[in-house]
Amino acid sequence: MPKWLRLPLLPEGMPVAEATAVTHGPGSSQHAAQHIAHQFVDADQQHEAGTLGMWVFLVTEIMFFGGLFAAYAIYRGLYLPAFEYGSRLLDIRLGTTNTAVLIASSLTMALAVHSAQTGKRKALIAFLLLTMVFGATFLGIKAYEYVHKWDDFLVPGLRFAPTETLPAGVTLPNLQLFFCFYFFMTALHGLHMIIGLGIMTVLVILSRRGRFSADYYAPIEISGLYWHFVDIVWIFLFPLLYLIGGRY
Amino acid sequence: MSQHVVPVKTYVAIFLALLCLTALTTGVAFINLGAMNTVVALVIAVTKMLLVILIFMHVKYSSRLTKIVIVAAFFWLGLLLTFTLTDVFTRHWTPSPSGWGPSISAPAPREK
Repeated sequence: MPKWLRLPLLPEGMPVAEATAVTHGPGSSQHAAQHIAHQFVDADQQHEAGTLGMWVFLVTEIMFFGGLFAAYAIYRGLYLPAFEYGSRLLDIRLGTTNTAVLIASSLTMALAVHSAQTGKRKALIAFLLLTMVFGATFLGIKAYEYVHKWDDFLVPGLRFAPTETLPAGVTLPNLQLFFCFYFFMTALHGLHMIIGLGIMTVLVILSRRGRFSADYYAPIEISGLYWHFVDIVWIFLFPLLYLIGGRY
Repeated sequence: MSQHVVPVKTYVAIFLALLCLTALTTGVAFINLGAMNTVVALVIAVTKMLLVILIFMHVKYSSRLTKIVIVAAFFWLGLLLTFTLTDVFTRHWTPSPSGWGPSISAPAPREK
């Protein structure tokens, strides 16, 4: 591995570690001090800074998805009949299943962080792998739904010609707009999941190499924040896309 | 490191609560409550979000600085949604000045 690639992932390889171990003197154990970059007073401050930094990134993500939610709300208000009809064309069973799968993956991620905090390496790896399995299941179900939308001629731009007669007040362009939102929002969410799976893969590899301990698990915790955030996005996408069109 | 370790029991309880809320929100979608359907769905979604943020993401045990940053984020999101939506959905309250062309505004509320 080239040296520039090692730096962010393997902080214990940084030359500053030895210097901090000396600066911090008695009070901070040799093992914990290894992981503290020289700009931090102690492990807690470093942990705090890392968490805060991740949250600042997640804030940008909230605004990123927030713009889409605002656009969705506006067009849903303008073309309500089409958005309600479009919503009823989505498979609620698959949507609900996927919500449960994603919540399960959040649980296993939280348990992975717990295992890291308590220094259980095998459990950490197992829970990370389980999280990946749930994540992949979610993407599989999503792909299955996409294929069905293709079969039903409901892919805007490429293959859009609904077979059923549209109810009163629903026009083809408006319905197409709903599916533009559906595909863009779920695909953007799916992209975040794929990135999440990539992060998990790196974490599993690093865990197997024994990079994490009860003293140093910040990457696990911070990746967990990202994973839970992606879960939260789905917690809102699910009712907005699948449910509020009315199933009665 | 003196980070708060949340017991496994709490995580499992939150997980079960999230599953129940998912079942509840799906169930409510099959009952006609009119405009309240959307309100109920969003209230349940916000509840689920709070459970994930506070417990799974450890914000309940985080520093005040982290909490302030998160509250600020949602405040800004609130600004984005409130001002965008109040603009679009109140446009038909006043007539468009003549010569401005067709305006984009919300249609009259649906009848049920």
